[in-house]
Amino acid sequence: MDKLSKIHGHAAALRIANFDTDQVMPKQFLRGIDKSGLAQGLFYDLRFDEYGEPKQNFFLNQAAYVGTDVLITGPNYGCGSSREHAVWGMQQFGFKAVIASSFAEIFYSNAMGNGLLLVVLPEDQVQALMKEADDKGAPISLDIDIESLTVRTLHHEFAFAMSARYRRMFLEGLDVIGLTLKYKVEIDAFAQEHWNKQPWVKDVARKTMDRLS
Amino acid sequence: MSAKTLYQKLVDSHTVVKLDEENVLLFCDLHLMNEYTSPQAFSGLDEQGRGVLIPGQSISVVSHIIPTHHEMPRQITDPASSLQALNLKRNCVKHNIPLFDTNHPLQGIEHVVSPEHGMVRPGMVIICGDSHTTTYGALGALGFGIGTSEVEHVLATQTLVYRLAKNMHIKINGTLPAGTTSKDMILNIISQIGAKGAIGYVVEFSGSALINLSTEARFTLCNMAVEAGARGALIAPDKTAIDYVLARCPDITGKMKDRALAHWASLYSDKDAQFEKEYEFDTSDMAPFVTWGTSPDQAIAINAAIPTKDSIQDPINKLSLEQALRYTHLSDGQTLEGTPIDHVFIGSCTNGRIEDLRNVIAAIGDRKVAAGVRAMVVPGSGAVKAQAEQEGIADKLIAAGFEWRKPGCSMCLAMNDDILTSGTRCASTTNRNFEGRQGRGAITHLMSPAMAAAAAVTGKITDVRKLQGAANG
Repeated sequence: MDKLSKIHGHAAALRIANFDTDQVMPKQFLRGIDKSGLAQGLFYDLRFDEYGEPKQNFFLNQAAYVGTDVLITGPNYGCGSSREHAVWGMQQFGFKAVIASSFAEIFYSNAMGNGLLLVVLPEDQVQALMKEADDKGAPISLDIDIESLTVRTLHHEFAFAMSARYRRMFLEGLDVIGLTLKYKVEIDAFAQEHWNKQPWVKDVARKTMDRLS
Repeated sequence: MSAKTLYQKLVDSHTVVKLDEENVLLFCDLHLMNEYTSPQAFSGLDEQGRGVLIPGQSISVVSHIIPTHHEMPRQITDPASSLQALNLKRNCVKHNIPLFDTNHPLQGIEHVVSPEHGMVRPGMVIICGDSHTTTYGALGALGFGIGTSEVEHVLATQTLVYRLAKNMHIKINGTLPAGTTSKDMILNIISQIGAKGAIGYVVEFSGSALINLSTEARFTLCNMAVEAGARGALIAPDKTAIDYVLARCPDITGKMKDRALAHWASLYSDKDAQFEKEYEFDTSDMAPFVTWGTSPDQAIAINAAIPTKDSIQDPINKLSLEQALRYTHLSDGQTLEGTPIDHVFIGSCTNGRIEDLRNVIAAIGDRKVAAGVRAMVVPGSGAVKAQAEQEGIADKLIAAGFEWRKPGCSMCLAMNDDILTSGTRCASTTNRNFEGRQGRGAITHLMSPAMAAAAAVTGKITDVRKLQGAANG
């Protein structure tokens, strides 16, 4: 993950609650074995009609919204399937951050782990940003500062919270697996003690498979 | 020692180190993988030159992409999907991870396969790159879904950096009325607490309504807790759960069995344990539940009406209702009973188990699938399929006009070739009625297997209790 301390972005509103990952990245784009080609699938049913032609009434297809890289959206964004392709697709399309009053749990860790910044604000503040964006009829300029944990637009400035761990991950660009592997001695010791206490959970998949075949 | 919830006991007993106030390094006992959320995790490992730390604690299945046609051997004709299956096999062979491959007789959906063969045991922490991993709470195991980066993390370290959740207690009292199941129970609960009602929480279910629920019915309950945003769902293991587990774990015998039983007996929330949120429901006069919208919380009793726009104050909920009804071609204030359906899908990790299929048979009696309706039954696993065939369920379904298919996730998310065309209205035993979930423009009504069966034989959304009176005398 790259270091990131500030986002200068262009934000627009997507007024949908419970926007699920099936809609962020539909199933037909999940057939790969790598991360490529997901920008095309992003919000596919919103962006394209049944013949694959861009829908002109969808804001991201309009000239005024070219360059939108921050989404302001409804509560529980990213609910549903655990597919991380939704996050990769948003990033490949060019999104840097999403602002909402709540996010689904798996989506939250998927996004933050990949460096797609999710900002949680109270619903009235989200609505205020949406209104500012709607009033302009084009993306609004928006700055997110991860050091001071603030979101700033022409008309608003809001503080947001973020766990110290995620904040450090963004600011320092950490390799999470590398960090965890520093605890390898502790993990090995834990596993031995755990299996001494509960031998019936050791090698449970391998032993089951051997028994069944 | 301070009082702990079951959730806290499970986290504490799996904490390798405490990283900070919010995060622990959590040891994972069982890691399930499928063909579509694991490939980039394996390639990530390769890029960093990392290996799999403990391969015997992981197992893989081919489930989401597999066609369910009745042909032997099973073949995945779509080239991209075929490559995913091949790639999974390659990765499992390379890293010595057990695999239920495409033509394995016990192949099936991860959440059906793993408990039915005794891989899920009370007190375990179980993760999978699939959101319905909450299912295992039915056996007192903490299960939750993860993303692909976390799959890579688990492969490399057998642990997760785990953000602690809050505790929610949902007490469900009463007895389930005839014609209703745990599916109706969970749709009812989600409709009341909302699709984001349990975000940040692990939910523990308890109460008199659970006592008589079978383990399979409890799987359904915990499976769908994620549709309220729950990070996990738990039921303290009782005799029902432990009997289920022991019957499937021939390796747990003698002294090990005594130790296991002693450990499992400690898996409950202490009397004075604190929950950050508590709810209480009563199922005594509950009717079968059906969804009308595009989110699982948009559900009503079969004898109730879709909320009217005017009755909703919250502007976001009002907008959601309008957007949902536009998609499902229904009107606010109307009832669902009598709405014609084109398709029925019975299966998935929510309701693709043997008990679900028995419920279907009981509901239909001697009736046939209605003219113009296509009804598909996809067992959750090879073992479910074999048992249904042995019990005569398959023959009865086929005689009634249902398609009897091979196991897989199939039309729950329609990632294989079982997909609906635009405008098709489907009675479905699955877990998500999202826009486009079963096919672009297709409309999904979530319901119990008995209700889906009633829809199949009448050609419309029907209160199964009206059939049961006639069918069962």
